[in-house]
Amino acid sequence: MTKHNKKTVELESAVVRFAGDSGDGMQLTGGLFSDSTAFAGNDFATFPDYPAEIRAPQGTVSGVSGFQIHFGHTDIHTSGDQADVLVAMNPASLKANLKWVKPHGIIIVDSDAFTEKNLKKAGYETNPLEDGSLNGYTVIQAPISTLTKEAVKHLNLDNKSAMKSKNMFALGIVYYLFNRDYTKTFPFFEEKFKKNPLVVEANKTVLKEGYNYAETIELFPQTYAIKPAPLNKGRYRNVTGNLATSWGILAAAERSGHNLFLGSYPITPASEILQEITKHKSLSAIGIQMEDEIAGIVSTIGASFAGALAVTSTSGPGLSLKTEALGLAVMTELPVVVIDVQRGGPSTGLPTKSEQSDLYQALFGRNGDAPVVVMAAKSAADCFYSAYEACKIAMEHMVPVILLTDGSIANGSEVFKIPKVADLPEINPPVAKANDPNYAPYRRNPEKLNRYWALPGTEGLRHRIGGLEKEDITGHVSHDPLNHQKMTKFRQEKVDKVANYIDDLEVFGDEEGELLVISWGGTYGVVLTAIEEMRAEGKNVSHAHFKHIMPLPKNTAEVFSKFKKHIVVEINNGQFVNYLRMKLPDFKYSQYNKIQGLPFMVNELKEQFNDLLNEK
Amino acid sequence: MENKIDTKPVKLTREDFESDQMVKWCPGCGDHAILRSVEAVFPTIGERLGLKKEDFVVVSGIGCSSRFPYYMNTYGFHGIHGRAAVLATGIKLTNPKLNVWVISGDGDSMAIGGNHFIHAARRNVDMNYLMFNNRIYGLTKGQYSPTTYKGQKTKTSPQGVFEEPFNPGELVIGAKGRFFARVVDTNPKLMQKTFIEAAMFKGTSIVEILANCVIFNNKTHGLITGKDTKDDYQLILEAGKPMIFGKEKNKGIILQNNKLKVVTIGEDGITEDDILVHDPTTKDAGIHMMLASMQAPDYPVALGVIRAVPEKPFEQIIWDTIEHEKEVSPYKNVDDLLNSGNTWEID
Repeated sequence: MTKHNKKTVELESAVVRFAGDSGDGMQLTGGLFSDSTAFAGNDFATFPDYPAEIRAPQGTVSGVSGFQIHFGHTDIHTSGDQADVLVAMNPASLKANLKWVKPHGIIIVDSDAFTEKNLKKAGYETNPLEDGSLNGYTVIQAPISTLTKEAVKHLNLDNKSAMKSKNMFALGIVYYLFNRDYTKTFPFFEEKFKKNPLVVEANKTVLKEGYNYAETIELFPQTYAIKPAPLNKGRYRNVTGNLATSWGILAAAERSGHNLFLGSYPITPASEILQEITKHKSLSAIGIQMEDEIAGIVSTIGASFAGALAVTSTSGPGLSLKTEALGLAVMTELPVVVIDVQRGGPSTGLPTKSEQSDLYQALFGRNGDAPVVVMAAKSAADCFYSAYEACKIAMEHMVPVILLTDGSIANGSEVFKIPKVADLPEINPPVAKANDPNYAPYRRNPEKLNRYWALPGTEGLRHRIGGLEKEDITGHVSHDPLNHQKMTKFRQEKVDKVANYIDDLEVFGDEEGELLVISWGGTYGVVLTAIEEMRAEGKNVSHAHFKHIMPLPKNTAEVFSKFKKHIVVEINNGQFVNYLRMKLPDFKYSQYNKIQGLPFMVNELKEQFNDLLNEK
Repeated sequence: MENKIDTKPVKLTREDFESDQMVKWCPGCGDHAILRSVEAVFPTIGERLGLKKEDFVVVSGIGCSSRFPYYMNTYGFHGIHGRAAVLATGIKLTNPKLNVWVISGDGDSMAIGGNHFIHAARRNVDMNYLMFNNRIYGLTKGQYSPTTYKGQKTKTSPQGVFEEPFNPGELVIGAKGRFFARVVDTNPKLMQKTFIEAAMFKGTSIVEILANCVIFNNKTHGLITGKDTKDDYQLILEAGKPMIFGKEKNKGIILQNNKLKVVTIGEDGITEDDILVHDPTTKDAGIHMMLASMQAPDYPVALGVIRAVPEKPFEQIIWDTIEHEKEVSPYKNVDDLLNSGNTWEID
């Protein structure tokens, strides 16, 4: 490609947001821009923002689908607070997304879509392109629909088919803006539409024409370039959290030598995990769509009894339905991993919005004293390692593990350095040996307190387990009062002892100081970014992020004791902070909670932390 | 002398499956007879299918019947209320070599576990599902169940049950079940024969056992099992044989105006040739459904294997697909998967 002698400005990072009607293909457009970002060698993180309805009324604000990408030369931990560039394919997407655009940001619109009818549908009384309400932004009005139609005229497509590729025209414009090579996207069209060469040609042509249009009519006063990020040597890819979670459990199955069984029921935003696992029968992985959430976990418990790496995936309301069965897994002391991709609750709540509000349910939501291990993944890529570790703990300690992820990291994506499965930690479940004369169903390993996994079919190990309380060692049904107390203590101590096998809590920043910011789960990236910025501004603030919640890392109290002030930030009404108040009552915790179905913004966090630092 | 290694499997006996645990069902409960019949057939099943005693798994839900696994010396899992079928599904899918038995009751299967029951029937995982139907909740001491007769007074229906009862056979066949049989707890010979047929059938074999709850619903099946009445109210079906029953062996079932009808051989010109011949393997569910629906006193109750239509069981489809995918999929291990699609190298 020949470059116009335009001025190219170098940036550290940028945020682009694509928005259109939910049928406009914005997720695909965003995905392709992400791939091109990867080719450019930048670090990046993405986040899709789409409506709960598959096809909400066309042209309305409720039907707007968005995709945001934050990419840069430096480490990128979040999908970005506000966009430098917004692509708005119609008035509704402009209306829904204007608040996410930085002051003086660039707004690219399809001017053809700003008709009276569409403006009305979006709830505009006057045309924002004409009434001055966008003053201050750089507004690029391109007749994208008309130009797309022109571009594919020679292919004789019907109007509907022609219009389907208009998102590629917009993508072409953005490629030009960031000096991307559009030919790198051609193989994608060739693969995706291989059965329809005409569509391949249409997409290629429109993408190219979009680029050329921006270049030819000098749409922008300057273009931008972002240098490759200094990533470590190795092979990289882009993953969403749900994909990384799926691959993490597949890797754990392979490494442990126990086939994966995933019994699940479709639920937003967790369904992709079930969908992904059902694809991989070549890896001896069984993914079954059961008749309900209960059948999902109970088939999983059966599979665990029979020797599988047994996992079920769900979201909040589904976890509620699995509650009784989780108690059975606690009682039978079988390895079971429950992945809860949290969403806004209670009840059906906000299915497509993210929240961290299932923590209480994960920790306490069962009858009886029924402790389980609770973990939380911190980012899309970390879902791989967290899911792997959840499987390792469940199998090696013979204990149910709940792994909390959330809608943000499950659907968001980031750059992932591809590991080798052989380099991952070993997984050695305590499988009982055939004809072991010392085997007894509830005989325990003295260090971990796990019982042993005696798989049906193994000679000399026939035994019965179930939901009734069992006698220590023998596993006979027992209602003996002292035995129940003993077994209850064992179940708790077994979970507590997991603390001996997990990483210590790490501090980002100074290990002692004025303010320690405490976070857990999917908020890692945004909190870290806020702390990085504040430390660069010379503020006395450090960050401790939790992946292990039950049990807590052993050094937690020690870490906390080195700071004067502590603030816990989370996307709920204060669940982790109350848990800490219960577990480590010696510290005084401030809290900041956002419960809007939206992620934290870096700036709002900094404001909170600065206020706390300034408090005397 | 030649040193010969004996590779013949050890012959299994009934004692191999007897538990040393005290059986705590009420004296006179029908469950005792069922337990003895199951213990009696496991050695035969083991022999026919080439299984060792460790290959049997007995799974249950909650209720009197569901204590069953504790009373057998096998791998056993006493699950939670209504969920035995899905526990068994997870077990069988994970290890298809196991011989999986589900023990459940009318409340466990058709009230709290109703969803799993119908889906188990249509999914067709190879398992043997014994459903003890005593038409009452025994363990919770006498509340009505989904099969309690309409109008019957129980602790929770003091004015009589207002709802229609389920007929388990109709439910199974309606849910696309492939195998349904019915037996009575008073006929060990029929139980044993039927349990073996259920075990030999590849797929979900559901056997309804009309069981007596001596404490809370005594003689609920009295007309069907009573000494003096049983011959007139039991139609014991056999594949390829005419549907003849009665003390005098002179009653039979014919199809008239799309309905089953009880006739007497030798009356109104009816001969044995007019009597319906049982074919459990026909895919069409029409006659099977009608047979399952027959109720005393208007009809005899159909016993034995009512429906047994072969079809590849679910777990076999899954494992065949796994074998196929292993051959055709580009992903031979997780490393292949991690490196698939768009990746890039940083030097």
